[in-house]
Amino acid sequence: MALVEIKSLHKSFGSNHVLRGIDFTVEQGEVVCVIGPSGSGKSTLLRCVNLLETPQEGQVIVRGEDITHPDCHLDEARQQIGMVFQQFNLFPHLSALANCTVAQRTVLKRPAEEADRVARANLERVGLSDKIEAYPAQLSGGQQQRVAIARALSMDPALMLFDEPTSALDPELVGDVLTVMRKLALDGMTMLVVTHEMAFAREVADRVVFMDGGVIVEQGPPAEVIGNPKEERTRTFLRRVLDPTHVEPTP
Amino acid sequence: MSTETEARPADAAPDRPGAINAVPVRHPGRWVAIAVIVVLVAMLVHLLVTNKAFDWSFVFEAMNQQPVINGFLKGTLLVTVLSMVVGVGGGVVLAVMRLSDNPILSGVSWVFTWFFRSIPRYILLFTMGTLGILFPQGIAFGIPFDWKIIDWLGMSGDWRFFTLDANQVFTGLVAGVIGLGLSEAAYMAEIARAGIMSVDPGQAEAAEALGMSRGKVMRRVVLPQAMRVIVPPTGNETIAMLKDTSLLLAVPVIGELFYQLQSIGSTYYKTFPIAVAATLYYLAATSVLMVGQYFLERHFGRGFGNKAPRAARPAGAGGA
Repeated sequence: MALVEIKSLHKSFGSNHVLRGIDFTVEQGEVVCVIGPSGSGKSTLLRCVNLLETPQEGQVIVRGEDITHPDCHLDEARQQIGMVFQQFNLFPHLSALANCTVAQRTVLKRPAEEADRVARANLERVGLSDKIEAYPAQLSGGQQQRVAIARALSMDPALMLFDEPTSALDPELVGDVLTVMRKLALDGMTMLVVTHEMAFAREVADRVVFMDGGVIVEQGPPAEVIGNPKEERTRTFLRRVLDPTHVEPTP
Repeated sequence: MSTETEARPADAAPDRPGAINAVPVRHPGRWVAIAVIVVLVAMLVHLLVTNKAFDWSFVFEAMNQQPVINGFLKGTLLVTVLSMVVGVGGGVVLAVMRLSDNPILSGVSWVFTWFFRSIPRYILLFTMGTLGILFPQGIAFGIPFDWKIIDWLGMSGDWRFFTLDANQVFTGLVAGVIGLGLSEAAYMAEIARAGIMSVDPGQAEAAEALGMSRGKVMRRVVLPQAMRVIVPPTGNETIAMLKDTSLLLAVPVIGELFYQLQSIGSTYYKTFPIAVAATLYYLAATSVLMVGQYFLERHFGRGFGNKAPRAARPAGAGGA
């Protein structure tokens, strides 16, 4: 059984039809990278997986449970899905450690010592054991994003969603975050990653999904989708991304 | 000119001009202002010390009377604290209701705020003191419309658990606290709403994504950050409330600071020293409140701005 199964998903913001019928699945242990031009709906798709956006049509099934169903306990479903945001969204009034313990304590009802132990282990996992007491404002962007990853991991999720995790970072800080994500993938974490980092997608992803205009245009192993795309739209996009100075020949 | 500029870089160092004969910037305006203010302060001190109308010994004696001290402790301080508790608690609840998706809750909150912001506090307190007339048989707690239901079922008796005498509820300090508290809640609702809306929506999203319920998101993540915006105007509101307790006279409340001072003043025909005594009391109480506000702001401002929290070391800028 697939970990996540999405069936004919539609989402509009007013008259703007952002997702136009998405069908796809993520298997246990799989790393899927979603690429595509801005406005293609890839972030919206990711946000539909934990229902931060409510789709108008279609189903999102996580571990066999339809979380779009009105009877679904959404808060419980979300506990299994970690999310990392482009803008980190760390809680600025809490230290790095407290950022990682607050949901463990209040949602999972873990005792203080256990929450503390899990949080410290995950902060160490992302290489920040020396920043445990620091507040988010005292950390660089790359460090903040790694705390955000540790915060999500502290809930022991079955699936991690990454919404352009490196897009808000200075270029020299991107590497640290990608290293952490690569390690997570090697540890067997199921990951759904919206990204513009083609090199990362090519190296780490088991499957790459190319979206454009609210539909999945092409998907498959990275060597095929990025290395040898079949669709013209994919080729145009990759030319622009991989060679930004490239000028399209005027027809 | 071109030869000059070209020649410069090569022998720039020897060409550097010597130390200038620096003169501190002069501020003649400041000296004029200081002179004017010194004269004015001297006039004020002279007035305070020599003018017989102040009658300082009477001022301090009046301030020291037991009914006045009681009026200050109960009528001013206690009513301020209780009214602000009602006001802040009610205001936060009203703000959360106002921002809720539920149109009924949001509408109720709007009507409450509209009603209580429209009434001057003096008139509201006066009304509170007279509300007892609405309930000549007292205020009963029990099944609503019990006499209708009992009549309809053909039974007798009543379904009331206990009854309060309305004329005792709507009198004195209780009426004052209810009136001031409800009025304050209406203003605090707007302040709390502004505070909640100042928190980045990404914060609530991150908390929801961790599986927190709506209530937990509000209590654990949104409100603690909103407090940073809510506390400074709440300090203002508390200071305003402290002064508005003098309106308790409208209820009427007799055990109140200014009423007690006035009654001393009218007994001894000394009105002005009484005004000075009241001013000194309010100055002292407001100063204490401002110190408290400073510490509250520091507490809720942690994690924001340049001031590092005491517990944590400042972190390096590097991404290592």
